[in-house]
This record gives sequence, C-alpha cells and structure tokens, in this order.
Amino acid sequence: MRRLIFLLPLLLFVGVGVAFFLGFERDPRDIPSALIDKPVPDFALPALAGHKEGLSSPMLKGDVTLVNVFASWCIPCKAEHPVITRLSKELGVTVRGINYKDKTEDAVDWLRRNGDPYASVGADLDGRVSIDWGVYGVPETYLVDRQGRIRFKQVGPLTPQVVEEQLLPMIKHLRAAS
Amino acid sequence: MIPELGHYALVLALFVALVQSGVPLVGAATGNAAWMGVARPAAIAQMLLVLVAYGALTWAHVVSDFSVTNVVANSHSLKPMLYKVSGVWGNHEGSMMLWIVMLTAFGAAVAVFGRNLPPSLKARVIAVQGMIGVGFLLFILATSNPFIRVFPAPLDGNDLNPLLQDPGLAFHPPFLYAGYVGFSIAFSFAVAALIEGRVDPAWARWVRPWTLAAWSTLTAGIALGSWWAYYELGWGGWWYWDPVENASFMPWLAGTALLHSAIVVEKRDALKTWTILLAIITFSLSLMGTFLVRSGILTSVHAFAVDPARGVFILVLLAIATGGSLLLYSVRAPSLKAGGLFAPISREGSLVLNNLLLSTATATVFIGTLYPLFLDVLKLGKVSVGAPFFNATFVPVAIPMVIAMVVGPFLAWKRGDLPGALTRLWSAAVATVVCVAIAAYITNGGGPLLALVGIALAAWAFFGSLAEFAERIRLFRVPVKDSWNRAAHLPRSAWGMTIAHACLGISIAGMTATSAWQSEVIQAMKPGETAIVGSYSVSFDSIGEVQGQNFRAEQGVFTVTRNGAHIATLTPQRRSYPVTRMTTTEAAIHTTWLSDVYVALGDPTQNGTAWTVRLYHHPMVPWIWLGALGMMMGGLVSLSDRRFRVGAPERRRAASKPAMQPAE
Amino acid sequence: MKALLLAAFLALTPIAAQAVQPDEVLPDPALEGRAREISKDLRCLVCQNQSIDDSNAPLARDLRVLVRERLTAGDSNDQVVHYVTDRYGDYVLLRPPFKATTLFLWIGPFVILAIGAIGTALYLRGRKGAAVAAGGDTAPLTEDERRRLDALLRKEDA
Repeated sequence: MRRLIFLLPLLLFVGVGVAFFLGFERDPRDIPSALIDKPVPDFALPALAGHKEGLSSPMLKGDVTLVNVFASWCIPCKAEHPVITRLSKELGVTVRGINYKDKTEDAVDWLRRNGDPYASVGADLDGRVSIDWGVYGVPETYLVDRQGRIRFKQVGPLTPQVVEEQLLPMIKHLRAAS
Repeated sequence: MIPELGHYALVLALFVALVQSGVPLVGAATGNAAWMGVARPAAIAQMLLVLVAYGALTWAHVVSDFSVTNVVANSHSLKPMLYKVSGVWGNHEGSMMLWIVMLTAFGAAVAVFGRNLPPSLKARVIAVQGMIGVGFLLFILATSNPFIRVFPAPLDGNDLNPLLQDPGLAFHPPFLYAGYVGFSIAFSFAVAALIEGRVDPAWARWVRPWTLAAWSTLTAGIALGSWWAYYELGWGGWWYWDPVENASFMPWLAGTALLHSAIVVEKRDALKTWTILLAIITFSLSLMGTFLVRSGILTSVHAFAVDPARGVFILVLLAIATGGSLLLYSVRAPSLKAGGLFAPISREGSLVLNNLLLSTATATVFIGTLYPLFLDVLKLGKVSVGAPFFNATFVPVAIPMVIAMVVGPFLAWKRGDLPGALTRLWSAAVATVVCVAIAAYITNGGGPLLALVGIALAAWAFFGSLAEFAERIRLFRVPVKDSWNRAAHLPRSAWGMTIAHACLGISIAGMTATSAWQSEVIQAMKPGETAIVGSYSVSFDSIGEVQGQNFRAEQGVFTVTRNGAHIATLTPQRRSYPVTRMTTTEAAIHTTWLSDVYVALGDPTQNGTAWTVRLYHHPMVPWIWLGALGMMMGGLVSLSDRRFRVGAPERRRAASKPAMQPAE
Repeated sequence: MKALLLAAFLALTPIAAQAVQPDEVLPDPALEGRAREISKDLRCLVCQNQSIDDSNAPLARDLRVLVRERLTAGDSNDQVVHYVTDRYGDYVLLRPPFKATTLFLWIGPFVILAIGAIGTALYLRGRKGAAVAAGGDTAPLTEDERRRLDALLRKEDA
C-alpha cells in the first residue's frame, strides 16, 4: 500500500505526458461554433453593389447553402477562393457570401479580379451581423441545411481536403434529407 | 570561422557531457576513485566549451555577421549594441544556448565548490547534471542549431522584435534562466541521493545553497519580467496569469516549498522522501515550462515561434528526465529511513503547513494552466481559464500561508507553544490593525473588503517578521548593547529569513494597493488641455517627432503638477520601427517610490487634432518590485552564511546559549 | 455574498485597459463601470490571452461596443454575457463557467488541499503511532534535559 503511494507521482506524470503528446494534434486557437444545429440568426444584409440580392435569413431556407464570410483585405480568402469557385461552378453548390467590414469599391474590385462565385452577397459593413454568426476572423464558411440550420463551420480557408472529406459528404446527406 | 568554432565547441561539449554522465556514475557504483574523479574536470570542460560556443554566437551578433541564420533572423546593423548582445538570448536558439550555459555553469560550480561533498555523492550529482546536458545539447544540435549558415548572406537582418529592445527585457532572461536551470542542481542532488539510497541532514545542508541561489535569481527574474510588462505594455498591468508567466511561477512556488522543507531535513532529519519529491518536481516544472513555451500547445503572448518537432523533442526529454526520476523515486523512496518525530504544533509542523499550502498553490496554478489542454484532448470542449479563476483560487490559499509564515518562526522545534507564540506577536497584531485603519481612512472606506485584507496581510508579514527578529535579539528585554551584539552574531540565514519574509509583506502591500485603488483616465486630449488623475494634474504641452537609432517616434510632452507644484515633465512616445514595421508604446512614468504617475500616448484621433491619452495613478506599485528585490537580497544574505560555504554541518560551539532558539 | 465575492475577485484583477477608446466610453459612469467589468471577463478571440478590455484588436473593439449597446438597451450583466456566449460559446469566458466539465477545475484546488491535509494528518499520527509501537518513551526531552544532553555532547567533543 505504501509503495503504491510512491508510485502516484509517476502515474500522474504519465497522464500529463500523454495529454501533452495528444495536445500536438489540437489547435488551441480553433474554436468550435456555438451555433451548430441551431437556426441561422435573424438578419438582413443589403446587397453588395453590382449584385441583385443581398443576404437574409429567409433566403437560407429551402436549399442546402454554403455561406462564405470573406473580405478583400483578407489574404487567406484569396487562397481559398478557387475552392469556393469550384464548389459553386463545377459542383453546383449554392454559395452565398457575407462581405465582412469591407469598402464597397474594394470588394467589387476584388470579385471582378478573382471571379464571383456567389449567388448573392450581403454587405456587412460594421461586422455586426457576422458577430451574430459567431464570426471572429476571415475567412469562415458555414453549411446551412434546408431548414435554415447551421450544420458545419470551417474556421480559416477551406482546403480541398476538407471539401472532399467533410463538406461534400455532408452536402449530399443534407440534400437527400427532406 | 568563429561560428564554426562555436559549432565544434558545442559538439565537443556533447561528447564531454556523455563522458560526464557515464564514467563518474560507474565509478561511484564500483568505488573507483579515478573514475569518480573524472566528474570535476568533465564538468569544468563542458562549461568552458559551452562558453566558447556562446561567445562565438555573441560575436556573430555583435559584428552583425549576416551569414549566420540566427543573426539574420533576429538582428540588424542599426540595432543598439546592448540589444545586439542581449538579443542573443531573445530568440529560441539563443535562449537555449543561454539555458545550457547556465546548466553547465551550475554543474561546474558544484565541481569546484563542492569540496566537502563525499566523492560518491559528488560524482553522482555531476553525472546527473551531465545527463541533462546531453539531452539539451542534443536538442540544440538536432533541432535548434544557432550556427547554421545562410548563403548568400543578406545585406542586413530582420531586426529584433521592438518589444524586446528594452533594458528590462535585456536582463530578465539571464536571471530567469539562472533560476529555472539552477533548480537542476537540487534535482541532481535528489536523484543522486536516490541512487545512493541515503538522505541525511548533510545532504539537505549541501542542497540548500544551490536551491537558495536558484530561488533568489528566479525571484528577480520573475520580478523583472513583471516590471517590464508594467512599463512597456502601456497600461500598467503587472501580472496576467498568462500560461508562460504561470510556467515560471510554478517552479518558484515549488522551489519555495523545497527551500523550507529542506530545513526540516537538515534540522530534524524528517520529511526526507517529501523533499526529494519536491526537488524532482521543481525542476520538472522548469522543464515543463520550457516545453510549454516552445511547443505551441498553449496560446500565450510569450510563446516563441511554434515548431511541433521541437515540442516533441522536449517532451521526450521531459519524459526521460521526469519519468525516469519519478520511477527511481517510486522504487527507492520507500526504503529511505524515516527521521525525527515532532508534534503538529511545532516549527516542523508549521513548515509542513507551509509546504501543504504551497503545494496546493502550485497544483492550483498547474490545473488552471493546463485545464484547457486536458479538456480539449478529452474532446470535452474548449474553455478559457483566465485571471478570474486564478484570483479566485490562489488568493484563498495565499492568505493562511502568509499568516502562518509569521507565526511559524516563533514555534520551537519538536513541540511548540502556539499561545505563547501568538502572545509574542501582539505588537505585530497592533501594527496590523493600525495599518488597516490608516488605509481605510485614507481611501475613505477602503474599497473592496479584500483590499483591506491584503493590507492586513502585508502589515502582518512585515511587522511579524520584525517582531520575530526583535524577539531573537531580546530587544527591549536586555540592554540595547546586548541586543546589538546578538544581532551581529546571528547567523546570516536568520537575517536572510527576516529580510525575505518582511519584503514579501512589502510586495503584498504594493499588489493590493495598486489593484484596489488605482486611478485611470482615458480621454482624447489636444495640446494645451489638462486632465486630472488621482490628485495630480496633467497638462498636454506639445507633440513632436524624434528620431532614435533604429526607430522614429511621436513624442508628447506632458507636465505633471500637484496642488500647483511642479512634479515632473513626462515624454511618452509611440515608436515605429521601420524594419519590422511594428509600433510600440513607451509610457512615461514618474515614480515617487510610493506611487507612480503613468502617462501613455495613444493613437491620434479626431482627424489628427487630438491624441488618445491614458493617464494612470498607481499607488504603491513600486513596492511590488522593491519587495521582490528585497526577497532576492534576503536569499543572497542567507546564501552568504558561512555554514554553507564550509559545507558539512558544524557542531555547535559553546558560544551558543542553550536557552536561545536554534538559529536558522 | 456572491456580489461581495464577485467584487472582491474583480478588485484583485489588475484593472487596466490599454484599449478602451474615449469614444467608446459611456456617459453613464455606472453603466461604463459594468461594461468594463464585463469586458474584463470576455476573451479577445483573435489575441493570445487578452480580454477585450485589454486588446486593441478590431474584433475586441466591436465586442466592447456591443457590450455597451446591450447594457444601454437595459440588459443585466448576465444577459449581456449570455448574448456573447450564445454566439461564441464558453471559450469566450475568461472565468470558466461552473459546469460538469469544469467541476474538477473549480473544486480541484480545494480537493487537493483537503487530500493534502488529511494525508499530512495521517502521516503525523502514523509516525507517532509507529514510535509508540517501537517501544520506549516518546515524550520529548524537556528544556532542562535537552540542555544537559547538549552539555554532555559538547563535553564529548572537547
């Protein structure tokens, strides 16, 4: 019994060590969304110049939609833009955009130069609507189902790997469900 | 050429360390004096080689040799010389070099000054030091080599982060590392004792000076970091419970516990297995701190550049060092013979209480710092554990600890008289009440209750320590000349204890006052306007541009007056460093040693006609660092006690009167 | 009691804000005070370990303004905090919530203290018991006896 007590520090250390080792795979800055499986927040954003429609909560019902938060001043947004474009143009996914805290001319220019894959873009000039979505940086991307519920959030740029392994299967599954 | 020399020296040091790890250990096991004798020259050689390597790296920085990657990444030809030298340790690779310098220096010090150590113990201690050296030298050479060259050499470097170009930050790492790494000696002693299978009072006496040295320098290191954050970051905060701060605080807490429990081992031959465990834990916490800062698994403002490969290496080092020593502990510790008995109310008992509370405090900081990681790894979600948690859990443990710290020295060994001790503290109790009353009066009600508790604690610590000292020299009970005589003949460790404990009170007073009664004014000011903060009037005179060696700055001129009398002219700056494209705020502080008036210049506003100015009055904030400095001095005074230099415990001579309390 | 404790905890938090801009400050000092207190407990999500009160990141500023808007609209402190955690989850709280998953965090320190105290008590009692079991008189020497023993030992040295 006495010997067991002396073993305790070693056992505790082994536990801590294992936690440290597993910690390498976790990103401490990655925060899961608080809105998963919850309905999208109530909002209405005006259209970005040059677009017919903005973005509002009723528009996100009825179809499986990808909502992409982007800005012209955001460099990773440019990096992920081809992935978004591919999703929209080749894979037929409905993609809508929230333009986060951007100058209108800059955003319009950026879309012109890099391509516009969005069915509609809402301009969130002061970022308040994005706060309602739980946005804390750009880019962020949300997958919304037919009932208007948020089912998936990607923090940071979308990569082809995430698209293949997580997004596309989920889109397929959500589309099949009524 | 010289960087290559440094590189070779480092590799040679590794080989010496390998020899140092193996030969003396085998020699101690077989009783071979020659092999044990290898320890001393090996330790000295290792230190010299590492110093050569470090010198080479410093040379490369000083002459701005941009063919060395480390210099390119962290230096610039226009950087002031002080920061060329101190910038050597301002990056990951260079700081690891500083680590190994401290490690080998401490090892060599044991080799040179540990003349009175029994040969087998000395050999084993130095061998264990050598093993740690092997680990870190491998780490440096394999993952963090500062001598890698770049070709072609760029024309100039990337400059050092401007936040690091500051005198406070120039001195903070050496003290911090001397502290962290100094605890490796206690660790080596503990492991050596476990291998020997024997812990006796002599062991504790040998360990104490090294632990004191490490503790004193760590205290200074932490205080310097806190002071630097205060004047550099622009708003007067001095402690954030940031994971990296906690990583330095945990070894300090455990080291304090170690310092005190070693006393019991030395005086009463008790608490041996506990002290050994503490020695292992303290250095393990240092290692863990090194790991946390460099691995990227925790977010922190302090974290070095993240590299998982380095993180894995340090984790393996940690596993071998801590895991190995704890394994050894679990096997060997049960057979260590238990020592002297004592009643719960006694000097030993109070030291046990001290250890209990300090260990709880250490565990608390540990849990709070690592909880987000544990939860995340178990996939139970993400939480933040910030200052509110630590304030709520650390303070309730610290309060009884400080109370007991004052009472403990009044208790006799083996069986103490608590009512008697408390009676002798009547003067401190009165002084405490008076101080609290004064504080409440000055601040018109005193603010939150906890602030007055803090003042009470500070006064209790300060006056209680003085009361104990007065008791020892029989102040007012014998003629003054006799008291003076007694004081002069008190062992230095007694002086050290009184100084350190009293200065803790001073620090607590500073912490309490500045947290509870700070004044802050934030407003947009135009030149010519005046603002009031506390009892001071601050007027914004003018603003202009100044040029520094490697920066440009906007500098404001402010005049501080009080009741019409001119107090100071302050010139806060906002600096732009063109190479790194970073801006820093240089706050301007006027200190009266009793409080600080603090002015920070912010962004221009209202289309450039006004500036955001932050004005603060921080009451008693200098006392935080003065107290910490005092604690370090107390530690150094204790360290200078002749009994430690002689080494083995001396029989007490007839000069000591039996009626006197055993001296520290 | 809870308010007292809350005030006490907050009193010991370094009260500092590098970041609050003059144009954010609310005209009502009581509301502004509440805003500052709430902000100190909310994490800046794009910083390394700072509260939104301390950080000058744009998102921190947005959240500071948001907190003040909610307070001006009449929300209680709890409601404001819930507003933020509804959108960002518990991670944004610098004071971790008291839930099942954080039980060990909050109670842990006191549990450790209790275990330590019990362990110490058992250790002390066990040692005394062992000494008695080993036989012999375990009563400590009196001052007088100790003095005599010291004197004897010293005589032996000389």
